[in-house]
Amino acid sequence: MKTIVKMIVVLTAISLLSGGLLSSLDSYTAPRIAENRMKQLKAAIAEVLPKYDYYDEFKTKTSVIYVGKLNGVEEPVGLAFKTAGNGFQGKIVMMVGVKPDFSEVIKMRVLEQVETPGLGTKIVVDPSNKENPLWFPEQFEGLILNPAIEVIKNLKPEKDNQIQAIAGATISSQAIANILNEQIAEVKRAYEAR
Amino acid sequence: MARKKNKLTYEFLKGIWDENPVLISLLGLCPALAVTNSATNGLAMSLATGFVLLCSSILISLIRKIIPSQVRIAGFIVIIATFVTIADRYLAAFFPAISKDLGPFVPLIVVNCLILGRQEAFSSKNNIGRSMLDSLGMTTGFLFVLVILGAIRELLGSGTVFGLEIMGDWFNPWMVMILPPGAFFTLGILIGIVNLINNKRA
Repeated sequence: MKTIVKMIVVLTAISLLSGGLLSSLDSYTAPRIAENRMKQLKAAIAEVLPKYDYYDEFKTKTSVIYVGKLNGVEEPVGLAFKTAGNGFQGKIVMMVGVKPDFSEVIKMRVLEQVETPGLGTKIVVDPSNKENPLWFPEQFEGLILNPAIEVIKNLKPEKDNQIQAIAGATISSQAIANILNEQIAEVKRAYEAR
Repeated sequence: MARKKNKLTYEFLKGIWDENPVLISLLGLCPALAVTNSATNGLAMSLATGFVLLCSSILISLIRKIIPSQVRIAGFIVIIATFVTIADRYLAAFFPAISKDLGPFVPLIVVNCLILGRQEAFSSKNNIGRSMLDSLGMTTGFLFVLVILGAIRELLGSGTVFGLEIMGDWFNPWMVMILPPGAFFTLGILIGIVNLINNKRA
């Protein structure tokens, strides 16, 4: 009987102390973590949009569209939003900037990915290409969205809606095109119905 | 050996070679294999693990006489999990880049058998001084192995060490080294070399 009581008391005390410590720690780190997230989000938006003074948030059912505006002009300079979908091994999260009429991509940036190191990770940066490590993401700058984005293997893209696949990472390249095609269309529908 | 084992310095030194957690005891292999695709990640991972190991060793050796043996494992895990959460939140708040690189492997320190193993085998039986020396030694041993593993894999797999370009343009990176098989190759060869040296010495 005595050991049972002791067991309960000791474990309860340890758990209480642990819980108390962690909750006081959380009240200290949570604002900082939120601030870091906000900073990352703002940096990502700034990267995919042309120069803007401020942005409005337009919430759709599935995502938030950041509408960048300059000099108080009502006509936005561009729209940015997060897209996410399945890559080769896990989720790929991107920030995309598009023209306000959804005619072309301004810029695309991969925020999170778990693709194969050295192959699929070239969607972010390709260190083996010394002249332009960013050749893959840069293909999306000014990419025409109608007709839908196409991925070309082994050949140089000829049309304005085509991108070249990464050798050895066709699935990752195709995944990005699929995510963008699908989700840009969805955001466009939601935004135009506002 | 008997005299050597009682010395305080040995409590520290044993973790580096004689009882090296990764190379000899084969503990903590999950982080040693998973996050050593670069030297920096190896260093950050072993520092986070070392923090948790040191803090939980101190606390557990302090309360070793209070905690009933029937619930000791449960108690150890709660204590370890608390320190892991502290390390995880701290990294996320102050070093977001490292936290992103290590991903789910920081929370997984909870189940790192190196930590629970040391609590069970050492801290719950020894005083605070010895426990601290033991955990510092184990951390140093763990850190050496993870940084060496990370440096070898990064050098052969990306041509860099700690992000610095070492190999010239002629070098064609061995992609496999930064993929999971590269971790097994490198660790296997390292353990082989250590066994060779130990056999020669014996």
